[in-house]
Amino acid sequence: MKASTQLNMSSSPHSHSQKTLSSVMMTVLLACIPGILVQTYFFGYGVLLQCIIALITAVVAESLVLKLRNRPIVPTLKDNSAVLTGLLLALSIPPLAPWWIIVIGTLFAILIVKQLYGGLGFNLFNPAMAGYILLLISFPVQMTSWLPVNSLQQYSLSFFEQLQVIFTGFTSDGFSVNQLRMNLDGITMATPLDTLKTDITKGLTVTESLTGDVFNGFAGKGWLWVNITFMLSGLYLIKTKIINWHIPIAILSSLAFCSILGPLFSPDIHAGPVFHLVSGATMLGAFFIATDPVSAATTNKGRLIYGAFIGLFIYIIRAYGGYPDAVAFAVLLMNMAVPLIDYYTKPITYGHGKIQ
Amino acid sequence: MESLLEQIERGMLWQAPGGVHPPGHKALTESIAISQLPIPEKLIVPIKQHIGVHGKVLIESGQFVLKGQALTAPNQPWSVPVHAPTSGTIVAIQAMPSAHPSALEEISIILSPDGKDTWCDLFPISDYASLDYEEIIQKIQMAGICGMGGAGFPAYVKSQTDKKIEFLIVNGVECEPYITADDRLMQEHADEIIHGISVLNHLLKPEKILIAIENDKPLAIKSMQRASESFENILVKTIPTKYPSGGEKQLIQILTNKEVPTRKIPADIGILVQNVGTLFAIGEAIHKGKPLIERVITVTGKTLNKPKNVWALIGSEVKHLLDNCDFEPQAQQRVIMGGPMMGFTLPSVRIPVVKTTNCILAPNQIELPFNDNEQACIRCSACADACPASLLPQQLQWFAKAKEYDKLEDHNLFDCIECGACNYVCPSEIPLVQYYRVAKAQIKEQQEEQIKAQRAKERFEIRNQRLEREKEERLNRHKKIAKPKTADEQTKIAQAMAKVTTNQSDKSAVSAAIARAKAKKLQNQNSETLPDNTEVAIKRAQRKEKARLYREEKQKETLDSDNNQAPSSETDDKKSAVAAAVARAKAKKLAKQSESDTNKDSREVESTQAEDPRKAAVAAAVARAKAKKLAKQSESEKNEGSSQVELGTSDDKKDSKDNN
Amino acid sequence: MILIYALIALGSLALIFGLILGFAGVRFKVDSNPIVDQVDEILPQTQCGQCGYPGCRPYAEAIANGDDVNKCPPGGDATVKKLADLMGVEATPLAGGEAQEPIKTVAYIREDECIGCTKCIQACPVDAILGATRQMHTVLIDECTGCDLCVEPCPVDCIDMLPLKTTTQNWKWNLESISVKQID
Repeated sequence: MKASTQLNMSSSPHSHSQKTLSSVMMTVLLACIPGILVQTYFFGYGVLLQCIIALITAVVAESLVLKLRNRPIVPTLKDNSAVLTGLLLALSIPPLAPWWIIVIGTLFAILIVKQLYGGLGFNLFNPAMAGYILLLISFPVQMTSWLPVNSLQQYSLSFFEQLQVIFTGFTSDGFSVNQLRMNLDGITMATPLDTLKTDITKGLTVTESLTGDVFNGFAGKGWLWVNITFMLSGLYLIKTKIINWHIPIAILSSLAFCSILGPLFSPDIHAGPVFHLVSGATMLGAFFIATDPVSAATTNKGRLIYGAFIGLFIYIIRAYGGYPDAVAFAVLLMNMAVPLIDYYTKPITYGHGKIQ
Repeated sequence: MESLLEQIERGMLWQAPGGVHPPGHKALTESIAISQLPIPEKLIVPIKQHIGVHGKVLIESGQFVLKGQALTAPNQPWSVPVHAPTSGTIVAIQAMPSAHPSALEEISIILSPDGKDTWCDLFPISDYASLDYEEIIQKIQMAGICGMGGAGFPAYVKSQTDKKIEFLIVNGVECEPYITADDRLMQEHADEIIHGISVLNHLLKPEKILIAIENDKPLAIKSMQRASESFENILVKTIPTKYPSGGEKQLIQILTNKEVPTRKIPADIGILVQNVGTLFAIGEAIHKGKPLIERVITVTGKTLNKPKNVWALIGSEVKHLLDNCDFEPQAQQRVIMGGPMMGFTLPSVRIPVVKTTNCILAPNQIELPFNDNEQACIRCSACADACPASLLPQQLQWFAKAKEYDKLEDHNLFDCIECGACNYVCPSEIPLVQYYRVAKAQIKEQQEEQIKAQRAKERFEIRNQRLEREKEERLNRHKKIAKPKTADEQTKIAQAMAKVTTNQSDKSAVSAAIARAKAKKLQNQNSETLPDNTEVAIKRAQRKEKARLYREEKQKETLDSDNNQAPSSETDDKKSAVAAAVARAKAKKLAKQSESDTNKDSREVESTQAEDPRKAAVAAAVARAKAKKLAKQSESEKNEGSSQVELGTSDDKKDSKDNN
Repeated sequence: MILIYALIALGSLALIFGLILGFAGVRFKVDSNPIVDQVDEILPQTQCGQCGYPGCRPYAEAIANGDDVNKCPPGGDATVKKLADLMGVEATPLAGGEAQEPIKTVAYIREDECIGCTKCIQACPVDAILGATRQMHTVLIDECTGCDLCVEPCPVDCIDMLPLKTTTQNWKWNLESISVKQID
């Protein structure tokens, strides 16, 4: 036996499952990729460009803050959480939004909502959603300039033209983003949810509105496939136990339930469950955004309540609120309620239950 | 409506919440029969290897002992003896690093074997049913048996429970990875285990005996089924493999769906759980009269070339076991006593194995990587999903870090069984169990300090009352004896007192304060007709001090002159040493006092401490001025004074005699 | 005009709610522990007098009358914080700059040198020293609070303040403190 070897000490347990933070976050990132690709297919390369800008901004911002806080930079960046935040934010904004929109949003999300509150694990609010809402409220025009699906666009843009629009605001031919949004009839196209809302205020019924160009009969063109892809990725994450099933299932069930009730009372102004479940950012929100572990409830019972209320809020704001899509607002509202939910849903410890 | 017993007999099993599935690694040792080890060169037997108190040591250094001879005898409840694992000579009885995570020293008996391995006289019992209940319990106690599953609860205490036991559960689960000791024991010695079970059956008379084995040990299950065939009362239950199903509370929940209420023991709900190793030992003790001197230990890990299960003598050093399994240590090597989930690392391989050691694990870095990479908690609650006690580990961790002990108790920290499942799944690699252990120790200490503080307060109050009472009694005593003095006598007393004050050679702060108090008393003396006795007591003490000082100086002189002469008697020697020590202490004190003299003055003038040094200096100056004034006053009185008058009781006279 | 109506409405609302609150404050008053007792519970009861008061109870009374909360060294920073929380004042650092977590010590009399003068017995505020005139003195460790009032009076200076020994019963799981790490 070598006399020079020293014995090492550690505290039990000495065994670990090897499921680390970076591997968990990396799996979530990889699960996002199919959805990104589908979104790019339907809405153009702008999506990819926004993702890349967000990624770079997120990493730079996080490194800067870590340097200021005297924390180790590379090990902390290795946990991939900043990258994930940037990515989720990039997926939520219009693909041809100016570059400074995503940069401001990501900076706010990383610097203020995440790091200022204490870094990973200490933030109260979901950083991506808080960034989104900052952008939505501060720059409503840019944030609502969604292009329709590729098939409906008047002018199809190449990769470089999209790059140019993002960085300069105009294509090489001189068209602005607003002009690009117009269809052949000169009407500005918007997202399916936005279109539905405007149509209802104009007096059309839901059924009539759903016959529009933006829809394929029961849901938004392109958005349907994006949502289905995100749903499949999300189910994969549940299967590999990266996320718990409680939050997504609660959100979707609650949303479905509310949107079944709505049409029962007045079918003309309330869209049905299928529409709500595959429109906007529902699936992305349910599986990727609301399941952010840091800002969500921690007990399983609490998660069910958290998800249920998010679904409810999504429906209420979509149906009666001023904004077309409501996932961000619903998530932020419930983030505020998380400490209360956690307090009241503590599980009963072994030995403290009813005496048999 | 089926009763619980019927449900169990039907084969029903329940589930404990949480749990994890770490890789088993049992293939390393599960197919090798238990082997005997050669007798080691040295045995270190700690005198306390169980939960309770140690017994009285019977042997002494240099004595020859036989194998199985008792080395300690129980002299209190919860005391279990230890025995010599082999014949040999006692080398020493001293404090040695213990088989505890802290490796703090505990008293152990060091034995040097003579190699002959001679047994002492054994008294096997062929028919235990003929013995009294008390006799069987005593036999179990004297055999030194305690819980061998890891806890070390004295077996005789468990067996003599006065509660009605419905189910006796035999724990052959062995859920921790790597360990196969119980597995092999059940395969090779099933009959002896059944012997032990039948002894307990006779003592406790349970309704049913359940032998629980995990389904990853098919051979052990078969073996126990064969051995228990003839016993109607025994039922072998196979439970699904999951860590920590082997924990007492979790096993009870899986087999009977009952929960042990918090802070209570399983006997309170009519259940008793014993490890198969303990039952084997009980069987051996009754059937063959053998005390507990050896046990099966799994020595495993990929740094060993020959991992296997061994019969190890209690007290063998870990080094002996590792050497016999061809140990090749690597860089950053860890040697773990116990399994990978609940075992503790050893700082040295010279630590002895004890009755509760079931495994020695020497892993390499690949099979058990060293994790030192703690990050922030992301509240993913994988830990809460894994916790078998349905706790909220992430909350406990927040509170433990913030040292919020009352919140920890609210969240039931003490129900944590420290199984490590939460730590196992944490993606942020937070050492959760370590935080809980530290917090538990802190809370326990806090509780003890609370009790101590309460006691201290009571003692303080009682003491104050006693002092008050004594003061009153003294006053009353003098009230009865003294008669009112005439004005003449009063002035005489006053003058005498003043004289005593001025006769002080040292200007210590104490005397200054006393002088001041005296001056005040003199002012009030006209209204009082009685002298205050405490004054005289203080004066007396001062006179004694003076006399002592004088005596010390005298002695110092004689000491200096008599340096070469040997002192005549011991008492003189002692007296001079004492005097020298007193002088030294006095000198030190005076030196200190002269520095802080002025500060002391100020402290006595005002009741609160003056922290500001400037304030202290000012106060000191004031005090000095006052003292000077008093000195002048007493000086003037001295001129009018007469000779000293001896006042006081006869005690004074005696003391003054002693001083001279 | 509207302004006046608004003012009247808000004003009367405020008045009504104020009355309700005041009534509730009196009717549902909770009888809590007098503040002196609460402060006394927090103090460590060493009765050492380092705060300047003869015992912990008098200091508790002084705090209740507004004295500083940072005068108790045996209590350490934790006690200062708790008192500050209770009294609603700012937690200033300990007066005299004591260590963050005071190590608990107990008195120990070196019996070879003890001369049996009973000075320390008279000084001990909790009667933790056993002995009589010209008899051996010894400290009852379980009762000693570590106030070190006995060290000064001893004429032969034979009292030491020693930290309590760590045993397996009170070990705080500090793995770094284990020194021996040999493999042979």
